[in-house]
Parts: sequence; C-alpha cells; structure tokens
Amino acid sequence: MYSRAYKSAVTIPPLLWVTFFLTAPYAILFCYSFWSVSPLQTIVHNWNLQNYAQLFRNPLYLTVLLRSIRIAGAVTLLALLLGYPLAYYLSFHAAKRKDLLYQLVIIPLWASYLVRGYAWKTILGSDGVLNGFLQYLHITHRPVEFFLYSPFAVILTLTHIYTPFTFLPIYASLEHVPRNLVEASHDLGASPFSTFLRVILPLSLPGILAGATFAFVLTLGDFLAPLLVGGPSGVMISNIVVSLFGAAYNWPLGAAISFCMLLLVVTLLLATERLEKRFTIS
Amino acid sequence: MSAASSSASDKRAPSEALLSIRKVEKQFAKRPVLRGISLEVASGEFLTILGESGSGKTTLLRLIAGFEQLDGGEIWMGGERLDKIPAYRRQVNTVFQSYAIFPHLSVFDNVAYGLRAKLVPRDEIPARVRQALAMVKISEFERSAPSRLSGGQQQRVALARALVNRPRVLLLDEPLSALDANLRRQMQIELKSLQREVGITFIFVTHDQEEAMALSDRIALLRAGRLEQVAEPREIYGCPKTAYAAQFIGQTNLLRAEVREGTATTGPIAWPSSEPPGPATFSLRPESIRLALSAQPAASSGATAQFQGQIKNQTFGGAMDLLEIDCGNSYLIRARVPSPGSLTGRQKFEFNASDAVRVLESSDT
Repeated sequence: MYSRAYKSAVTIPPLLWVTFFLTAPYAILFCYSFWSVSPLQTIVHNWNLQNYAQLFRNPLYLTVLLRSIRIAGAVTLLALLLGYPLAYYLSFHAAKRKDLLYQLVIIPLWASYLVRGYAWKTILGSDGVLNGFLQYLHITHRPVEFFLYSPFAVILTLTHIYTPFTFLPIYASLEHVPRNLVEASHDLGASPFSTFLRVILPLSLPGILAGATFAFVLTLGDFLAPLLVGGPSGVMISNIVVSLFGAAYNWPLGAAISFCMLLLVVTLLLATERLEKRFTIS
Repeated sequence: MSAASSSASDKRAPSEALLSIRKVEKQFAKRPVLRGISLEVASGEFLTILGESGSGKTTLLRLIAGFEQLDGGEIWMGGERLDKIPAYRRQVNTVFQSYAIFPHLSVFDNVAYGLRAKLVPRDEIPARVRQALAMVKISEFERSAPSRLSGGQQQRVALARALVNRPRVLLLDEPLSALDANLRRQMQIELKSLQREVGITFIFVTHDQEEAMALSDRIALLRAGRLEQVAEPREIYGCPKTAYAAQFIGQTNLLRAEVREGTATTGPIAWPSSEPPGPATFSLRPESIRLALSAQPAASSGATAQFQGQIKNQTFGGAMDLLEIDCGNSYLIRARVPSPGSLTGRQKFEFNASDAVRVLESSDT
C-alpha cells in the first residue's frame, strides 16, 4: 500500500533518534561502569567489576537506595490517595465544573519544577509561612526545624509535583468506565458504595497501576527535590549519582549505580505493564 | 388532556394494578419529554411501550427503574410510592439495550451480582444462578468471560441476571434491537413463553410495531411524550383511536371523508356510515379490501362498498400481494389481497363498510 520510499522516510528518523540519543549513550555509560579512576583522576580502561562490588560493600549506597525506595513508596501512596478521589469526583460527579477543575489540576504541570520546589522552601523554612502561622497561633514558640531539610519535606514536595501525573491515567480510566454498568449495578440492588467497590474500582485498576508507576519511577529518579528541601537526611540515590558524575569525579561508579537503577525501573515497568494488561478488559 | 390518560384513574389504584404511573412529567433542559403520562400495569401483564425514537419511551422506562427523577407526578408500586426510593432499593430490574454486562466478571458472577448485592445466603446463590442460566439456555457458558459471547448470548446473560432477582417488574429497553432478524424472531417467542413461565410483569420498550403486536397483552402507544392509545394489540389494530395510531400500527388507508345522510364519501368511494354528518377521517386496512367478483353489480349495496381503480403497482409478497390502486385524480388506495397472479388495467374492489373505522385526527381533539 505504501511505497518503499515512504516507509523508509517514516522509519529512519526514529531509528536514528533511538540510536544516537538512547542506545549509544547507554552503551558508553555501560562501558564506563566497568572502568576505574586512577589516583591522577583519569579514567583507566581496565575492565573489572569493582564498581558493582563496591555498591554492595559500602552500606552508604544501600541505605540511600532503600531510603529512596521508601520515599518513592510514600509519594506513590499519597499521590494515589489524593489523585484517585479527585479523579473520581471529576469523572463522576463534577458535572458542569468538570472542564474547569480539570484545567486547574493540569495548570501546575506548566509551572517550572524549580518554582514549585522553592515555593515549598518558603512554606516550610524556619522563617516560612507554616512556622509563622504556627507561632502566630501560639501553637509553637520557636520555629519547627524538621519541616524543611528532611525526608518529610521531600515527600511533601514530590507528592505535590507528581500527583497530577497519577491523576491523569486514573481519570482517563474512570472516563472509560461505561456509565450503563453503574446503572446496571444500581439496578441489581448494589448501593453507590458497593457499586464503587465492585464495578468502578476494578475497572479503573489499569489507571491506578499506570498512575502509581508514574509516581514511583519519577520519584525514584528525582534529585532536585532532595537538593532543594531534603538536607543531609533527605539525600536520595540520584543525588549520589549526580555528585559522582560531578564533584567526586567518579564516572565509573556513577555509571554502575545508574545501571542498577535502570535495571530496577525497567523490571518495574515490565511488571506493571503485564499487570495492566491483565486488568484491562476489552 | 389526552384521550388515553383521561380514562386512567388518577385518584385510586385498582387493587389488581401492580404499577401505577400518575401524571408523570419529565423535562430535559426545559424541553418536555413526557407530558402527563398516566398508566396502570397489572400484575403478570406483558405491556409494551411503543413509539418512534424521541417519543419518550426509554425515558419512561428509566423513570420506573430510578435512573431519572420525575419533574411531576408519581409512580406507585403495590401501594408504595416508588419514585422516592433510590434505584438500588426498587424491586425492579432492567434488561439494557446495550446489555451492560460487567466485563470483568464471568457469566456466573454477572448473574450472581444482584443476589450478592442483596446479601442472599451464600449457599443459595449457586443453585439460583444455575436455574436462571438454564432458563435462558446458556448453562454451558457459566464460566465464560462475557467478551467471548455473541450478542445473542450476552442478551441471555442480561435476561438471566435480571430474572434471577425475581423482580416484581422487569423492564426491557429494546432488548432485541441489536439482533439479526432470525434470532430476533426466535427470541421474541422465547421471551413470551419465559414471561408466561415466570409470571413476572414485563414492561417492554420497542419502536417495532410488529414486535409489539406479537408479544404484548397490551400496547401503550406513545407519541411526543403523550399516550396516544393504550389497548390490546387486536383492539389497537382493529379500532385505532387516532389517525396516528392507525398509521403507526400496521399499514392503513386514511380516508378523509364527508358524511351526509348516512353515507360517507371520499373521492370516488362511498360507503354507508352511521357517523354524525360532517367531515370525518376513516382508517381502512389494506387487507380489508378484496377484489370484487365481476358478476356482481357495480353499485355499492348494503354493508358492502365497491369502487373501481387502475392498478398502478403490484408488489409480490408470497401469499399476499400489495396493490396500489389509482381511483382517479391520483386518489391512491392500497389493498392487500391473496396473490391473484398478475393484474393490469381497471379492476373492481369491495370492502365491508364496517371495516372503515372512524379515527380522530389527533389525540388532543
């Protein structure tokens, strides 16, 4: 149906893109992960597994990785708890306000990540809005320090930033629930609550999975929020990678950590994709 | 006030009426969809709400099911106000036009859905589900996913899912419209015998007048949000109240005649009539007209009317042919006669004067 020239015209650009911007950089990075740094701060091409071994030997990396997973899990849970009710309300009960509310949820996505990060700094800091408010109400007499520069601040900021990403796929899946199924459920004697549990929730599972994956994977790879509001106790695995590629100048170790992260994320994506397929009903 | 609703009693519900619809009004965006519908449905009755699309028939069904709220009037069931109860507490079940089978549940779980929602004892459920599946002849698909079933099979699941709850009234919203012609006829027969078997009141919505006549104990003909006529199929066909009813249910010839001195005249046709003098509209079914034997005299005599006309068109229909007869001045009459072989030229026809039924031009007059 299509000519050979047309087929190559549409195939070659993405192929080049994938080769030069994905496969090649990853291949180079992969090579780096087997090299090492000499005392003179040069990269030595002596192939070995030292970097990977160090990952498991040095408890620092494992601690930070586990913390990152915990933070990602917390953000995912909070984003689902915030995003699902919002998506449900918009899809089923917002009626005329639907379009406006949808836009209001989406607009923060257009604001710069840094702006939103700094906004939390001004809210949570010792001279921040929250502390000022608490002291004005005489609930506290001194600024509360643990608001800012803590895992709590990281979780709060990332939940704020990634909830719209969780909201969107859930909203899409709820919009696809045929409304006559809800009517059929009421018709058969199921209360609105029971209908939600037995029809709406199961049919929106693919959206929940997609939204949870977004929040988890994006949080796991985040380094800006810990940088802005995390402090020493809020350091995440990506911050370590950033410093290894920067000040520490240990590209090989940074590459090894990156690869382990990549493996973790890809495994997760494949698993959720399979689950999503299982729950998606044509 | 429409002709039909004035006959229904608004004050008291007869004891045999299971469902009582009283002066029901419904608007969508200020556009009236139902205007003062009053209707009584007896226990065990097969009632069809018949009407063209946009007549409000599905809206009426959705009001009974509880998916829409009334803007006026009341609905009662068995001495209880139905329209104030939420849909999930009504002893009414619906078979949806699109079936609305739960795609994430097996056939068994679909049918068991209502029983579980109503907390029927666990050990009772399998037997009741299997009985319902057997009733609609799909027992072998118990464990299947709905997506693997054909339209007709999904239809049966929808029916079983509703009937298993033993509702007092079963609502059916054009359930056969998505099936092909043969399956449709078969399902009509099964539906009718199923209704007799379970003895549940069926309220069936359709735009297909043949289906309505084949299935119903009574037909409620709906037109633009008003009831045009409520009667048994034979009565509504034989004695339509209005020109609309006569035309919508079966084919007919509408004769706009002048009655004078006991004779109705329209164009070249005249027949004896006992209607009061003045203009009147009559409905004459095509099958009431027959070919006149040439031996008889041409003039109308007694209760039989005769007329002549040019055969304009003859459509072969197997046992019966449809004739289009030009009686002069483009006055067209349609007749359905036992296939007479090929007819041409001028022919003589006759009909019994009593078959020309007086109808009202509209239900408002």
